[in-house]
Amino acid sequence: MTTTTMKNQNQVALTRRQFVVSSAMASGGLALGFHFPAAAQSNELSTLGGSEINAWVVVRPDDSCVIRIARAEMGQGTHTGLAQLVAEELECDWAKVSLQTFTPGQNLARKRVWRNMSTGGSRGIRESHEYVRQGGAAARIMLLQAAAAEWKVSVGELSVEKGVVTHAASGKTTSYGKLASQASKLPAPDPKSITLKHPRDWQILGKSPRRLDTAPKVNGSLKYGIDTVLPGMQYAAIKACPVFGGKLVSFDASKISSRRGIKAVVRVDDESVAVLADSFWRAKSALEVLPITWDFGANGKESSATIAARLREGLTSTNNVFADIDQGNVTEAIQGAAKKIEAVYGTPFVSHACMEPMNCTARVTADRAEVWVPSQNAEASLAALAAVTGLPLEKCEAYNPPLGGGFGRRGGTQDYVRQAALIAKQFPGTPIKLIWTREEDMTHDFFRPIGQCRLVAGIDAKGEMVGLHLRVSGQSINAYVSPHNIVDGKDRRQLQGYWKDPGESQLGYTVPHLKVEYAMRNTHVPVGPWRGVNTNQNAIYLECFIDEVAKAAGKDPLAFRRNLIKNHPKHLGVLDAVADKGGWDKPLAPGMFRGIAQFMGYGSYTAAIAEVSIKGNDVKVHRLILATNCGHAVNPVQIASQIEGSVAYGMDSLQSESSVKDGRIVEKNFDTYPIARMYQMPKIESVIAPTYDFWGGVGEPTICVVAPAILNAIAAARGGKPVRMLPIKNEGLRLV
Amino acid sequence: MLSLNINGANHSVDVEPEMPLLWVIREQLGLTGTKFGCGIAQCGACTVHLNGEPVRSCSLPVSSAVNQKITTIEGLTSDSSHPVQMAWKALDVPQCGYCQSGQILAAASLLKRIPKPTDKDIDEAMTNICRCGSYQRIRAAIHMAAGTGKGIGSVIHYAGPGAANAKTGISTDLEIDH
Repeated sequence: MTTTTMKNQNQVALTRRQFVVSSAMASGGLALGFHFPAAAQSNELSTLGGSEINAWVVVRPDDSCVIRIARAEMGQGTHTGLAQLVAEELECDWAKVSLQTFTPGQNLARKRVWRNMSTGGSRGIRESHEYVRQGGAAARIMLLQAAAAEWKVSVGELSVEKGVVTHAASGKTTSYGKLASQASKLPAPDPKSITLKHPRDWQILGKSPRRLDTAPKVNGSLKYGIDTVLPGMQYAAIKACPVFGGKLVSFDASKISSRRGIKAVVRVDDESVAVLADSFWRAKSALEVLPITWDFGANGKESSATIAARLREGLTSTNNVFADIDQGNVTEAIQGAAKKIEAVYGTPFVSHACMEPMNCTARVTADRAEVWVPSQNAEASLAALAAVTGLPLEKCEAYNPPLGGGFGRRGGTQDYVRQAALIAKQFPGTPIKLIWTREEDMTHDFFRPIGQCRLVAGIDAKGEMVGLHLRVSGQSINAYVSPHNIVDGKDRRQLQGYWKDPGESQLGYTVPHLKVEYAMRNTHVPVGPWRGVNTNQNAIYLECFIDEVAKAAGKDPLAFRRNLIKNHPKHLGVLDAVADKGGWDKPLAPGMFRGIAQFMGYGSYTAAIAEVSIKGNDVKVHRLILATNCGHAVNPVQIASQIEGSVAYGMDSLQSESSVKDGRIVEKNFDTYPIARMYQMPKIESVIAPTYDFWGGVGEPTICVVAPAILNAIAAARGGKPVRMLPIKNEGLRLV
Repeated sequence: MLSLNINGANHSVDVEPEMPLLWVIREQLGLTGTKFGCGIAQCGACTVHLNGEPVRSCSLPVSSAVNQKITTIEGLTSDSSHPVQMAWKALDVPQCGYCQSGQILAAASLLKRIPKPTDKDIDEAMTNICRCGSYQRIRAAIHMAAGTGKGIGSVIHYAGPGAANAKTGISTDLEIDH
């Protein structure tokens, strides 16, 4: 077996990031408005002509409020949601709110006052809601204290609405803009003295104000990372060895050096070569004809078939397997059951395929390094830059424009930053804009991990499931990108959604005899988090199998689930919500079939019902109803956007595959890798059912129920015959 | 030198005739609203209008656009007032927004050709990829711009914090029209 010998760049980044976290040294920085500037201008975050009340809030003389945002906006709406959280407690006029982002260098310079900038795991709001609301509340208290001091009254006599402060007894009024300067000089209140509002009193939260970032997205004016332009900038196209782990041996630059606009052909590292030109098209066109010799190594013999064989071995092997749950005696229970059901499911590698291809612009000199990069974690970008250049963090800076999609691809693994910095180092002072072609993007992704799952269940004479033995065999994300997260050789992350512990990603079913195992079977293909991560595969395995067991038991899929899930009221709550709005008990039109699924991930509970028809090999998904209990609903229309987006992205689970031949990825562009299109989209109904007693995620949780709900409807349409090995083209089916 | 008419202005560019129009627009003329997505005319992020018709500029040699009328997202309107842009804003269509220049130009072209499109017309005309999955918002926004109702789209059921049943989260009774 050949496992990867590639350097683990993310380990480097994480190590550096820990250093970032622990060191709070002064750093360079720049002023950022909502729009992204092209170059460093000053060493401190601008107050934009206003007074900084605290780190989160600046108030300007015209009463407008600037709210600082730490997390990355990649489409998920977190900037607007985070601003709502601050504004609610600030009691300002939402119509006068604007946003300000900042750099990791500026965060470091202020001892990480804005805390975590990393944006992944659906954590943007659920992880920071408390301290950003406290930031808004503290600013409100200081503004009121300023008014009380001016009028020589007590704060308790004042009221505030939309940034207008009133003293009822005297009839005096003033506004935040007039108080800001004095308020900014007051000491911050003790956070323990702050009581946050009850959701019933919310005015801005729980409502759906329009996004704050839409206008520049409808006229082409928003500058993404790929739009970065710097004086004297050159463009770079890159090609890494198409076989993961292979090496660059040599290239013949003389064959392309006389082409128009070509500046240089450079070795980037052991596995990559880049062409620099005065235009990206010239660079990439030259790279396409550059003679390159690769050493593919042993990985060049790997294929989807060799990988599948390795996973199959893991389904029954006794080597390198661990049980996360082993309760009762599952073997005896299944042996003694009235009926035994067994199935093996399989899910392939899939690609992120962000619409904005990977890119990074870098400028490196002997004593300063900067990158302009779309990143879900600008602090990891900064750390990667410092690691490559060897410069101290305070001499590095990472500017983070809005992202053209992220989905987990632009998180900890800052491969494009490393490459751009390695190139820029060779041309001190010259800005280098590195852009990946779509082919490079889909060849060198960190793919959703491939997996197989063997499930065996026993049902008793009454049709109750008495035993369930589930084993996942497949690749580990942690083993590739974060091995320090594997404790005692037990990689629980690959069992996401099957966990016993509550809160994050809990198994909703109670089965008397239960065994849940993971057999780590790694491949040479890089893997990483892909929107929804392991809930995607794990929900397909379990939820499709549950339908098989229900059928064997002669039970209705919803009724069968309700009985198994009754000990977990929140899981049951969304299942019932989706059944209610989806009309599970109502008859369907002839030729239409339903499927249902539920799962938990990222602290939220989700369920879905799909309505499907099949004509020949053509599968039409007509309607999807998706319910989520995300605890608190900050902006329901934006939550619905994420649910709707989950449907399109989740269709990859049904129809897409990044397959392996001769050690490399076969599907390199959208002509061979299907992406959901308009004509395939069903009517979508979002059921947002928060219980207001916890905070769950929104961006990822609903994606995992899309595919199993549709697959269960497909099985129903085929007389109970499931699709077990995805994508569905393996059974001759396609989505129309 | 090649002569181009983009957004009503004439430009002379000194480039290879086979350079795709996309890269001339983005890099030679600095109009970055037109996006690179796939390079093989599959995704539509690079959509521009050529004499009013949507074309995928990543696969169109600049020589075939010489002396024709090219419109990019920056030239659709000067103030985002096209009915399609207005509807996009009203319904908060964009998520990451990267594909939306192309989507808006494709939708504007559809409405010029078919002022009252059906869902089927939309399915056939709107072949651009949106990886964030804003498709049903796009559909709703096209219907809004055309005044043709809601069509297939999306519905939101939401129980606010004041709802009596918020405790269980089981029943949701408020439907948001968007």
